[in-house]
Amino acid sequence: MGVEMLNSVELETLGLQAYFGQVRALHGVSLQVPRHELTALIGPSGCGKSTFIRCLNRLHEESPGARAEGKVLLEGRDIYAPTVDPVLIRRRIGMVFQRPNPFPAMTIYENVASGLILAGVRDRRVLDPVVERSLKQAALWDEVKDQLKKPGTRLSGGQQQRLCIARALAVDPPVLLMDEPTSALDPISTARIEELLVDLKKAVTVVMVTHNMQQAARVSDRTAFFLLGEMVESGRTDAIFTNPADSRTEQYITGRFG
Amino acid sequence: MSDSHFFDSWRKFKSRIAMVALFLGCIFAVIPLFAILLHLIRQGATAIDWNFFTQVQKPVGEVGGGMAHAIVGTLSQVGIASLFGIPLGLACGVYLSEYGKRERLAGFVRFALELLASTPSILVGVFVYGILVVPMKKFSLFSGAMALMLILLPLVARTSEELLKLIPQHLREAGLALGIPRWRVILSVVLRSAWPGVLAAILLGVARIAGETAPLVLTSFGNPNFPQGITQPSASLPLQIYTYAISPFEEWHRMAWAGALLLVLSVLALNAITRLSGGSHGRRNVE
Repeated sequence: MGVEMLNSVELETLGLQAYFGQVRALHGVSLQVPRHELTALIGPSGCGKSTFIRCLNRLHEESPGARAEGKVLLEGRDIYAPTVDPVLIRRRIGMVFQRPNPFPAMTIYENVASGLILAGVRDRRVLDPVVERSLKQAALWDEVKDQLKKPGTRLSGGQQQRLCIARALAVDPPVLLMDEPTSALDPISTARIEELLVDLKKAVTVVMVTHNMQQAARVSDRTAFFLLGEMVESGRTDAIFTNPADSRTEQYITGRFG
Repeated sequence: MSDSHFFDSWRKFKSRIAMVALFLGCIFAVIPLFAILLHLIRQGATAIDWNFFTQVQKPVGEVGGGMAHAIVGTLSQVGIASLFGIPLGLACGVYLSEYGKRERLAGFVRFALELLASTPSILVGVFVYGILVVPMKKFSLFSGAMALMLILLPLVARTSEELLKLIPQHLREAGLALGIPRWRVILSVVLRSAWPGVLAAILLGVARIAGETAPLVLTSFGNPNFPQGITQPSASLPLQIYTYAISPFEEWHRMAWAGALLLVLSVLALNAITRLSGGSHGRRNVE
């Protein structure tokens, strides 16, 4: 393998370990995530990729008995440093979950603006353009612009997931984490989200967990393969899929296990 | 063919018998409510007039009199009890559901609330008698309110805890992932999503204490006049019904019936409001 040309590194983990009580779920993962690229994390269920992504915005530690060790550098600064407030980190690193989870008591508008509203921003002149911009980025604006006052939970599953993407984008995070964002959706909704990801990564760095290897091949620039709590290898997606360095990666992507 | 036909009709027959039994069970369950209502209306409706709402208890022998003092007494005692009991109960419920999952203190608080909720209400009255009435050296509206508050508090705390726990964890994570502080997520996402149910629980609790009698006997005691302040004895609807009912006078008996009717209708109204508001939105929004 030759020398790789990287965009500047936005997010980097160094020896990241994650625990649930006594059980170690991640055994020291070091990964560089270049700016404005889409990095896909693949691997069989239980391999630690979801745990890994949840360490990147310090959400892992919210689970009972969970903690993380090692470093996660956002633009070179360790987000696990003792003086860092996880609340502020999460404003810089957004997240979209496997199941669409719009806030049930809020309208479409309130859902999108919730990150700002709940941080104290009330001025409609500030919120209106943010809501429109975010919904457009999430390719949902045309479908909902006339029903912004309806509850977010009235939308279809695919629309709800794009609403959640808009909600995450509204606080303008430089990094967006996605934990299997299309696994609960039908193929058409999945295709719509994949399309919007291509535009999205021009403005945002995306790290996405996926079970779907075709999806990783279609949309990602780089791929990291996880197995049993370790990162086996990472690199440019075309290289990983056509010429993996590790035999376990080859076995996984050719469907011999997982 | 004929065999299966026989078995089929036998099965249908059994099914019908079971349906009839269930239906009769339901009828029996609601008969008492309508019987009580009907009886109250027949006995008490005629005594509900303008005087009933504006006059206090008249001395024995005088014609007329009403329930105004008892209505004011019940409203103010339930109001003060709610003023303290609802926020305290909500605070307990939020703590137990959102912060106290792994802490030993939470287990203890939960157990204590359980005990308090199942304490016979006369004992709550005796307790408040001991800690408020005796030191103050008099019965008072305030101590009555505190007794009611002690009954309301565990009701609100336990039900709100249960309702908050029903809000799926992924909604909390969605809030936290947006960079919203935990307290904000709890207030604006968790509590707000559970609110229709929590409000229903609060209203049911208020309806319950509005009808409590036993804890008031030893605390606010009763008073044939309007309460003269929160440190003075006070009438209340349930106590006044009792006073009127055990009297030997026909006129007072009718007033007791009317008071009972008013109490039952108010409690029914609170329950109905709860049902309507809880049923129309909320629930179905939360999976």
